[in-house]
Amino acid sequence: MILALDILSWILLGTGTIFLLIGSVGLIRLPDFYTRMHAAGLIDTLGAGLILTGLMVEAGWSLNLAKLAMIVLFLLFTSPTSTHALAHAALVHGLKPWQSVKDDRQSHKMVGDKPSSP
Amino acid sequence: MTSSFAMVGAALLFAMALTVARAVAGPTLFDRILAANSFGTKTVLLLSILGFIAGRPHFLDLALVYALINFLGVIAALKLIKFGRFSDPDPPISA
Repeated sequence: MILALDILSWILLGTGTIFLLIGSVGLIRLPDFYTRMHAAGLIDTLGAGLILTGLMVEAGWSLNLAKLAMIVLFLLFTSPTSTHALAHAALVHGLKPWQSVKDDRQSHKMVGDKPSSP
Repeated sequence: MTSSFAMVGAALLFAMALTVARAVAGPTLFDRILAANSFGTKTVLLLSILGFIAGRPHFLDLALVYALINFLGVIAALKLIKFGRFSDPDPPISA
């Protein structure tokens, strides 16, 4: 039974780490702020969720399980909120989403700028 | 089991390095806030993992508090950007 739990937590930790790395690489490679938010969201929800669930399986029926559950619950509630607030602030501030035609410099032009190239 | 925790910890450190790279390179201010937020979440994970590696369960309390503060930090930064100040624009106190 213990071995099964170990294997399960090992699998959860592995997939959580994979998603964590995918999200981090996405944070680097994606072209625009709004696309990078997807990668950051990926890390917050899947990466953190799976890793913490793997730790919960490892912790077994104890106080640690409750603490980890609180952390997972809190992350699940606040990650979308902070991501929404960030996107809203960026849009209000005038950061235009990236169009595939234009290159990266276009993405941080402010509202009201004269379009330099068609 | 501790070896798998160590591997996850190493991956976390690598992910944190990438996040710092994005924070430094981020063209806009919001990329930097996003990187700071993501770095905070990874710190929560690293604290939990270290708690399990070192066998110290109270690290989980630190991780929980860090998650709380990280969230507040992002919201405070955004409020500062949006309103330019934390205080009330027209305080009720008359002359």
